[in-house]
Order: sequence, then structure tokens, then C-alpha cells
Amino acid sequence: MQTGNLLLLLVAMVAAAYYIGWQKSLAQARPLGGIRHLESLPFYYAMRAALWCAIPALVVLGAWLIFDDAIIRSTVMMSLPEEMRPASEGGRNLLLSQIQNVASGALASDSVRPEIAGAADRLRGLRGTNTMALTVVFIIVAMLGGAWGWLKIAPQLRARQQVEKILRVLFMLCALVAIMTTVGIVMSVLFESIRFFGQVSPVDFLFGTQWSPQTALRADQVASEGAFGAIPLFMGTLLISAIALLVAVPVGLMSAIYLAEYAHAKVRAVAKPLLEILAGVPTVVYGFFAALTVAPFIRDLGESIGLDVASESALAAGLVMGVMIIPFVSSISDDVITAVPQVMRDGSLGLGATKSETIRKVVFPAALPGIMGGILLAASRAIGETMIVVMAAGLAANLTVNPLEAVTTVTVQIVTLLTGDQEFDSAKTLAAFALGLMLFITTLVLNVIALHIVKKYREQYE
Amino acid sequence: MDTARELDNRNRADDDAAKPLIDVEERSMQDTPYPEKTVGKPFVDAPKMKLRHVNVFYADNQAIHDVSLDIGKNEVISLIGPSGCGKSTFLRSLNRMNDTIDICRVKGELHLDDQDLYDPKLDVVELRARVGMVFQKPNPFPKSIYDNVAYGPRLHGLADKKYDLDEIVENSLRKAGLWTEVKDRLHSPGTGLSGGQQQRLCIARTIAVSPEVVLMDEPCSALDPIATAKIEELIDELSESYTIAIVTHSMQQAARVSHRTAYFHLGRLIEVNDTETVFTKPEHELTEAYITGRFG
Repeated sequence: MQTGNLLLLLVAMVAAAYYIGWQKSLAQARPLGGIRHLESLPFYYAMRAALWCAIPALVVLGAWLIFDDAIIRSTVMMSLPEEMRPASEGGRNLLLSQIQNVASGALASDSVRPEIAGAADRLRGLRGTNTMALTVVFIIVAMLGGAWGWLKIAPQLRARQQVEKILRVLFMLCALVAIMTTVGIVMSVLFESIRFFGQVSPVDFLFGTQWSPQTALRADQVASEGAFGAIPLFMGTLLISAIALLVAVPVGLMSAIYLAEYAHAKVRAVAKPLLEILAGVPTVVYGFFAALTVAPFIRDLGESIGLDVASESALAAGLVMGVMIIPFVSSISDDVITAVPQVMRDGSLGLGATKSETIRKVVFPAALPGIMGGILLAASRAIGETMIVVMAAGLAANLTVNPLEAVTTVTVQIVTLLTGDQEFDSAKTLAAFALGLMLFITTLVLNVIALHIVKKYREQYE
Repeated sequence: MDTARELDNRNRADDDAAKPLIDVEERSMQDTPYPEKTVGKPFVDAPKMKLRHVNVFYADNQAIHDVSLDIGKNEVISLIGPSGCGKSTFLRSLNRMNDTIDICRVKGELHLDDQDLYDPKLDVVELRARVGMVFQKPNPFPKSIYDNVAYGPRLHGLADKKYDLDEIVENSLRKAGLWTEVKDRLHSPGTGLSGGQQQRLCIARTIAVSPEVVLMDEPCSALDPIATAKIEELIDELSESYTIAIVTHSMQQAARVSHRTAYFHLGRLIEVNDTETVFTKPEHELTEAYITGRFG
């Protein structure tokens, strides 16, 4: 049976184990005078039986699927005559895929050597046996587990504690998956970066002002050596992020102050979710908005006052990105401003301060740490943003602070380095990992600072 | 809709049926009629604040019913009464702090000297500078002690030079009895002081703008007895230069600090008399019941 069908079958068996477990615990409780005389509620007995049915079977299935393919392949290989076994890894893979193609019928068996046709037959046979064996073992393990869970049900069984323990492990495993994924990503980026720094010196990468990653693909090609100075990219990222923050911080902050302090409750109830919709617009939509609407508009505007504006400008990308991160600033600021205790406002108003004086001199300073946290989160978002800059900022790695010129960012370069046909051990491709690592460190530091500030802020009023 | 009302009525009928269970004493208190007019001496000659027929509403609920009262110059008047009787609401109407609550409406004639408090042309900022307020919970701003006290004077431009401001800050802290305790750390945060010190800082902050009237809303309820004693002493000294209205839950406190005492009951002003009279021979039954601790 296929793995998917096995899992469906398991669901049915688990349900059955749950049901008979439930029934048995009730049956055990009846002569004692009700479920209050059981060690645990019937739910826990049933759950325990169900878990016993599911977990061992799943463990067996997992282990089987990890190893079966490798075992079958090596068996097939071993069955080939000595002189046909290729020495190299690549040769073996080629031969194996040839056998597999014959076995699946993609390659006619009379077009290959008879030994290979024989091996293909063996492969088909082994696979059939394997699936059969797995099905049988899987069902037996599930049934044995379920039966064990069912047999052990007795009024004294501490089923609740056991189920709690298993669930705790289950939750821990889920948390572990998330953590391990993060660790895995960081590790892979880190190791590839180390490979990159083996080819390009970190000093050139960190302090070089030239970025042109085009390297020769073949030894005989005439091409540039490639220059991997990341400074123009980080300058571009900083320039666009700075423009975005220049847009988002004032607009976001003031809209937050309006919503928190001035707006009527009904206005706020409508306006706040509407503002947060901005955060839900896919970045690719922002991207073509920036590239097709804002960038030409800025260029035309610049021309009308005699300025030379590139059709892909940092300004256009920055402005649109600024709009995108407004909700980050406004929503968090609104929350922290609302969290400033009313007694602070009363104290200020009671001294004869006007509303805006109270906001400027008391509410805003008290909320400042939280607002800073919001701004830093928005900044992390701006630095890591890709779609908008890919479409609107351009690809030219100019080292400039003029927002009217085209610049490129770290994220854009990662995209261009890794799209299309690639050679995965060239400095060009590996540079993407080094850039990714730098970006990761930058946003991580910003996030740590933001979280630290937010935490400090919390302590202030508790 | 009608069914809902019917249900409501039935519930009320059930409540009535349950009444005999209530303590007989308490029941007789509840049946005591409110006086037609406030008994005692609600009015004085040449009042600082003259309040007539004050009604306060929260949306459709009336919190204050037709209260008329005078507050004399340099007088300490305490407002007492059971929880929820409207004394804080009444106090907050006197410098229009209730404006910050959307659903709150104040009706009646309220005058500070000759100024109508609810005159639409009145600048509420100026009013609050003349009628300061100290709150139940000490609420120093998260700024330095100096900046807390200098906050009001800066807002109202009371000092042109740094030197003048320093003087105002020192005088206010001295009047609030806090100067010797904080003079060496004027620039450390006000939130780092103890609760009692914080409350005295708030009083210093209030008197730094030289108000004419100081309203205090249970200023000692969050403080320990020693801090409370200091504040009470302070109120006594402050009454030489300011008119003070204080809401308190502590009858001993009312007896110790105030010249006159006003007793509120469920939004009505029942009795106003000299403090001594209120606590020795109250005129109205409800006042007597409250001060002898039969309810509240």
C-alpha cells in the first residue's frame, strides 16, 4: 500500500483504538459505581490507547522510509556483475537512474544491455516486496500498540499522567522543529559564506566599493575577474531604508497619535483595521505600483522642474516601501500610546496643559521606548524587503547617496545571483550566501535592540 | 423587547420578595427619605467657589442630583460618603476634569469668584491653572523631580529665567515638605521616590502654578499611615494660602484636616456642617448612620 493510504488507515485504526479504549474504561467504571472511581477520566484511557496505536506505528514507518530506498539500491547494485559496477559516485548515479528508467518503463528494456534489464526486473520485484512488507509490519505494529493500550486499561492505571507526559514531548518536538529549521538555515548560510570567504577575502567583501559579480564560467572564457565589494549594496539598502523610514515614521507616528488621542472610539474602530490592511497588501503589488506608477511619476515630476531622474530611482522604491511599513509604526505606536496610564494625562491636564502639550511633553516621552521598538521593527522589515526594490530600484550597483539615481540593494543582488542557471561552487553564487549572512546579522541586531527596548518599556509600568 | 422588559420586572419582583432577608437595620436606613434640601450650613459668606443646582450625568445615568454648595476662601472642606456616592465626580466637575470623559455632562451654575466655569468662552487651561488637582494615585511624570515641579510653571510661562524657575521649584518643594529629602537629587527620576514622597511631589507640582483652589481626590488612599500623617500636616499648612476641597474615605482624616464636612449619599448632598458638628451631633439620620459605621 502507498504511504498516504497507510496513514489514512492509521487514522481509522487510531479512531477505533480510541473508541474501544473509551468503552472499556466505562465498562471498568460501571461495577465500581461511576467514572469518579477511575484513576483518570475515560478520555485519558481512550487517548492513551490511541497514542499507543499511533506512535510506534509512525516511528516504524519513518525509520523504514528513511532506509528502504538506500538498501534496495545497494542490493540492486550488488547483483550486477563485478565489471559493470562503476567506480565513481557520478557513474553509479547514472547507472542507477538508467535502471530506474527501465523499471518504470520510460526506457524500453530491449534498448539496454541484458544485465541492466535484469537489474531493472530485480528492482521492480524488490520494490513490490518492500511495499508489501511495510504494509504488513505497519498494520501489525499499530494493532499491537492499540491492543497493548487497550489491555492495560484498569481503574488504577495512571493514564492522565502518561498522556500528559506524551503530550508534553509532542509539544516540545513541535517547538524543536521551528528552532532546528532556524538553526539549519543559519548553518547553511554560514558554511556557504565560509566557502565564499575562502575565495574572496572578507576585507575585500566588507570594504570594497566595486560590485560586479560576473565571473568566468569556464577557464577559457574572457571575462572580468569579478569584484565583490558589498559597500555599494549596503549603501543602497541604507539609502532606500532611510527614505522609507523618513516616510513611515512621521506619518505612522502622527496617525497613531491621532488614533490613540483624538479619534472618537467609533472612528478608531474603523480606521485602525483599515490602516492595518496596508500590511496585508502583498509586496509584489507594492512592487509593480512602485515600478509602473510611482517611478514614472517621479521621473516626469523631476523633468518638469529640470532634474535628471533615473526611471528606476531609490526615491520611488523608498517612498512605496515607506507606505508599506506605515502600519508597523502606527499600529505598535498606537498600542504603546494607549498603554500610557490615564493618570499621566490627568496629571498634566490638571496642571493646565492643553491636549497637544500633554501629548508632546508627557505621553510621547513615556511611550518613546515602545515607539522606538516599533520603528526598529519597521526598519528591519525595510532592510529585508525584496520585491519592491527588485522592481523599482534597479540593478546598477552605484555607490551614491543621491535618491534620484538607480541603486541596488543587498536583497536585489541575492535574487539576481541566484536566479537563472547557476554553478553552485563559483564565487558569484556563494556571494549570495555571504550577503544573506550579513543581512541576517544586521536585522538580527536590530531585532535584538528592538526587543530589548520593548522589554525595558514593559518594566516601567508593571 | 416587551418580553425582555417583562422578564426584568419579574426579576425585580423577585428581588422585592427577597427583601425581608436584609438586615432590619439596613432596611430602615434605605427607607430613610432624602432631605428636601441639604441640611446644615451649605452656604458661607463671600465664597471662593459658588456651586448651585449641579447635576452630573454619565450618558443617561445621573450621578449627581441638584447639589448646591459654597466653598469658602482658605477653607478646607472634606467630601465624605460611601463608595459610588459621586463625591469624586463632583470634585472633578470643579476644574472640568470631567471634560476628558466623552459621555459626561455637567449642568448647573458653577462659579469660581465671578467666573462661570462652564462658560463656553472660558479657556479651560486657565481654569485648571487656578483650580489644581491632586489625584488618588501618585502620578509623577516619568521625568526628573525638578522637571515634574517645573512642568506647570514652564507651560504657563511663569518664569523668564532659569533662576526664577529654580526659585519656584524650591519654594514649591519646601511648601510640600519635600525639599530637604530631595534637594540633593533633583535630577533623578520622580518615579524613584517612595509612594508618600511621590504624592508630596504631586502636591508640589500642583502648587507650583500658584492655584487658588486645590482639589484632592483621596490623596492618601494609596499611602501608609506615616506618609498619610505627613500629607495631613501639609494640608493644614497649605490652607493658609489655598482653598482646599478633599475627597476622603477616612472619617478620621476628614475630622483632622477639614473645617467643614459635606456628606454625600447616592449622588445627593445630604448634610454640610462644621466638621465638629458633623462628627459629634449630625443633623441628619443618614449622616449619623454613616459616621457611626452602620453602612458605607
